Amino acid sequence: MMKGLKKWRLFSLLAVMTVFLSACGEEYITTLKPTGAVGKEQFNLLLFSIAIMALVTIVVSVLYLYAFMKARRSKLGEDYMPKQVEGSHTLEVIWTVIPIILLLILAVPTLISTYKFADVKAMDKVDEEGNKTALTVNVTAKLYWWEFEYPEQGIVTAQELVVPTDEKVYFNLKAADVKHSFWIPAVGGKMDTNVENVNKFYLEFGEESADLKDGVFYGKCAELCGPSHALMDFKVKAVDRNEFNDWVAAMQATEGATASAESTDLGEQTFANSCLMCHAVSGVGASGAMGPNLTTFGDRNRVAGVLEHSKESLEEWVKDPEAIKPGNLMTGKYGELSDEEISAVADYIMGLSIEE
Amino acid sequence: MSSAAVTNKKGFGATLWDYLTTVDHKKLGVMYLFAGTLFFAIAGFEALLMRLQLMIPNNDFVSAGTFNELLTMHGTTMLFLAATPLLFGFMNAIVPLQIGARDVAFPFLNSLGFWLFFLGALFLHLSFFLGGAPDAGWTNYASLALYSPGHGIDFYVLGLQISGAGTLISGINFIVTIITMRAPGMTFMRMPLFTWTSLISSALILFAFPPLTVGLFLMLVDRMFEANFFDHTMGGNTIIWEHLFWIFGHPEVYILVLPAFGLFSEIIPVFARKRLFGYSSMVFATILIGFLGFMVWAHHMFTTGLGATANAIFAVATMAIAVPTGMKVFNWIMTIWGGSVKVTVPMLYALGFIPSFVAGGVTGVMQAAAPLDYQLHDSYFIVAHFHYVIVGGIVTAIFGSMHFYWPIMFNRALSEKLGVWTFWIFFIGFHCTFFIQHFLGLMGMPRRVFTFQADQGWDLFNFISSIGAILMAIGVILLVINIIITAKSKPLNCRDYWGDGRSLEWAIKTPVPFYNFKQTPLVRGYDPYWLEKHEGNKEGMIYAEPLGDIHMPNNSILPLVMSIGTFVAAFGALYHPDGKAWAIPVLILGLAITVGAMIVRSVKDDLGFHVHVEEVIATEEHLYGKGGNK
Repeated sequence: MMKGLKKWRLFSLLAVMTVFLSACGEEYITTLKPTGAVGKEQFNLLLFSIAIMALVTIVVSVLYLYAFMKARRSKLGEDYMPKQVEGSHTLEVIWTVIPIILLLILAVPTLISTYKFADVKAMDKVDEEGNKTALTVNVTAKLYWWEFEYPEQGIVTAQELVVPTDEKVYFNLKAADVKHSFWIPAVGGKMDTNVENVNKFYLEFGEESADLKDGVFYGKCAELCGPSHALMDFKVKAVDRNEFNDWVAAMQATEGATASAESTDLGEQTFANSCLMCHAVSGVGASGAMGPNLTTFGDRNRVAGVLEHSKESLEEWVKDPEAIKPGNLMTGKYGELSDEEISAVADYIMGLSIEE
Repeated sequence: MSSAAVTNKKGFGATLWDYLTTVDHKKLGVMYLFAGTLFFAIAGFEALLMRLQLMIPNNDFVSAGTFNELLTMHGTTMLFLAATPLLFGFMNAIVPLQIGARDVAFPFLNSLGFWLFFLGALFLHLSFFLGGAPDAGWTNYASLALYSPGHGIDFYVLGLQISGAGTLISGINFIVTIITMRAPGMTFMRMPLFTWTSLISSALILFAFPPLTVGLFLMLVDRMFEANFFDHTMGGNTIIWEHLFWIFGHPEVYILVLPAFGLFSEIIPVFARKRLFGYSSMVFATILIGFLGFMVWAHHMFTTGLGATANAIFAVATMAIAVPTGMKVFNWIMTIWGGSVKVTVPMLYALGFIPSFVAGGVTGVMQAAAPLDYQLHDSYFIVAHFHYVIVGGIVTAIFGSMHFYWPIMFNRALSEKLGVWTFWIFFIGFHCTFFIQHFLGLMGMPRRVFTFQADQGWDLFNFISSIGAILMAIGVILLVINIIITAKSKPLNCRDYWGDGRSLEWAIKTPVPFYNFKQTPLVRGYDPYWLEKHEGNKEGMIYAEPLGDIHMPNNSILPLVMSIGTFVAAFGALYHPDGKAWAIPVLILGLAITVGAMIVRSVKDDLGFHVHVEEVIATEEHLYGKGGNK
């Protein structure tokens, strides 16, 4: 009997260990393998609080199991009459004071980090020439896509955030329609994008994303925002500062780029007639567009945030966006397109790139 | 009507009429219990559909829009229309007996509270057939709610307004009952813990439901008349809704969990055959939890952007709640310590509750750490946390108490054997479903998603979680089967079914006559029945009054009529924005019915009736044979 029990214990311990080991998740999305100072500090707080809570849980469990094992009527006999104890002041004091101490210990790093993460004063710092020293990105969350504006650089992109590594990147967060929440799990905690005010916070990207499976970190909308809430993904490309500067320069160089309705290319023609009202192909500008900026579409990782990055997916999306993202605002905005036009416009959009 | 309780068999029509008009707290308790179980089953089925959808990545079992309706209705129904009425069921059935009262203070209002709740719930559920259920989550955040097309949100607002009024009325009723209707000698510090937690929980209802009512009303006029309280483009503010909702919403959790604590504080001493350890500190902890419950609402809004100082204050206040809750857990363990524990089904639930609730509690403290919550908020971690608290704390209390109190409520005992099976299947299913969800959240999975892409590391755990949900469903089905089988079983006709009853409700023989104790008992100490039993009192209790006429309230159909009036009026309010010509007349008609019934109630004197001594003796003989309740 005891031997069987021991084996069972060993088995369950192993099972639990397996769960824990496989429970770290994929490094481009999990909070358990964080990159950057913010995510790491939050992860450390997680470990620290788990340690305290594990201590509490173990003490409670041991007491509970011991009390139960000793008090089973099947062992004590049917007629056993326990002593009717009223209580104990000493014990009450002990189990009031010890938790208070444990909570005070937990409260210290909590309070320090709370104030630290809310400190965005450096956003407004300027050097001698009056340029802002820190990078700021204005994030606008819209029904099922994300717009990223770089106000100092005068550029705007969508769906794929590009950021430099190893420096604080500040965010101004706002929603254009309903409330959303901006979350890059592997980099740090979320912040809501409210409709009536701008929220500010910062994140740090500790490593380049190039080595990850898709070459990007995954970003999510974390606040229920309608039918396609689950599909409101974005991606984050973290690159070193030089590469980032190159990217900014390439974006700025697209100034004035547009699609011409007179073009001989059917794709560009179709784009100019059906898509250009909402989708810009120049990266220079500010936020406030009707649809995602497509200047860097060819360099991106997904179509519509969730589909594989291929011409086929893009055609599928243009044919019937509603089937892929229910409730999106693109459906029905561009009339009927023939298969030929869709194929041509997909080629055109896939060809929009600044990286070559 | 007095003779109704004595007569043997009644036709179906008469029985139905009896239940529609009853003001008897025991019958209303049964009605709450069955209505709550019905909505629990509906909401559980919705949960099962959601888990089936999330079993595999990119599933198309239910559509995105339907999934949002399911998640909204699951949360709303479980909290407002399942857990609340189920606990009200026990409060109705047990609290008056525990304090030795004939009925609640306002039996008429008790009936009104039930019917408002039931018709509000019915109204909300009609949305499924009338163009779509609400789909903005049970939190119904204003920007999404105002954006939501169709009438779903209107059903939510009106349905909850009606059923919320019922809850508020019942809450007030219990406060007055517990303060004013206690038997002689039943001082506050002799009150059983379940009565105490019902009192505090009712006080929380009194203070927590008004903010919800205000929020719902503002939302209603926003949607009906474009009042723009929450439309930021017109100078409104959606954060106000978040505050109003959570000022209600956080205490709501304690409104539910405190009676659950109370129920376990009744179950554990009975089956440990030992006095509740640290009674006075348990009472103190209950009051403290109730008080602190109002100080922490913004911890649901850590990521809303309230600023560091607000987050810091609410983080510390939230952590503080862990202290009185911890006191309770230690007191339960110390009650078991040195006791003689008989593992019956109710005790199994209590034993399962302690570790489950501790697990839910510690993850709550982790989320109180605001910077950590930035990661955990709105992820599957929070889903795991609150299900550990709600299923591990409240649902186990409800299931355990069903077994525990079935003998008093129905004069029959649920099958222990089937109960043990139910417990294990449900309990294993519960941990299987929710334990793993902590990790899903930590691995970056947001909550309220209708699907997820493959290869994000979430596939296996979602699958395991869905298997657990199926087990939970099997457990619930077994419980329902148990209830059906038990209905056919033999009546118990006994007192103190579990043998170790301590508080007053066990001193009365089942079936409980409609007037409860034939003479008001005299309470000589804490655990009064245990006291009498161990001093060799064969009669159950000693009594504070001689056998005499008993004054009882009359039945009335008016509560149902009033509730139907609000139900009708709600349809008028709902369709008014569509420009339907009949909307305003229907609204007026409904309100006229309600007000008319109120006028009838006010004008017509209803002084109740007296059960004469001879009738009492006849009833007792009929129920228990010669000699009556001895």
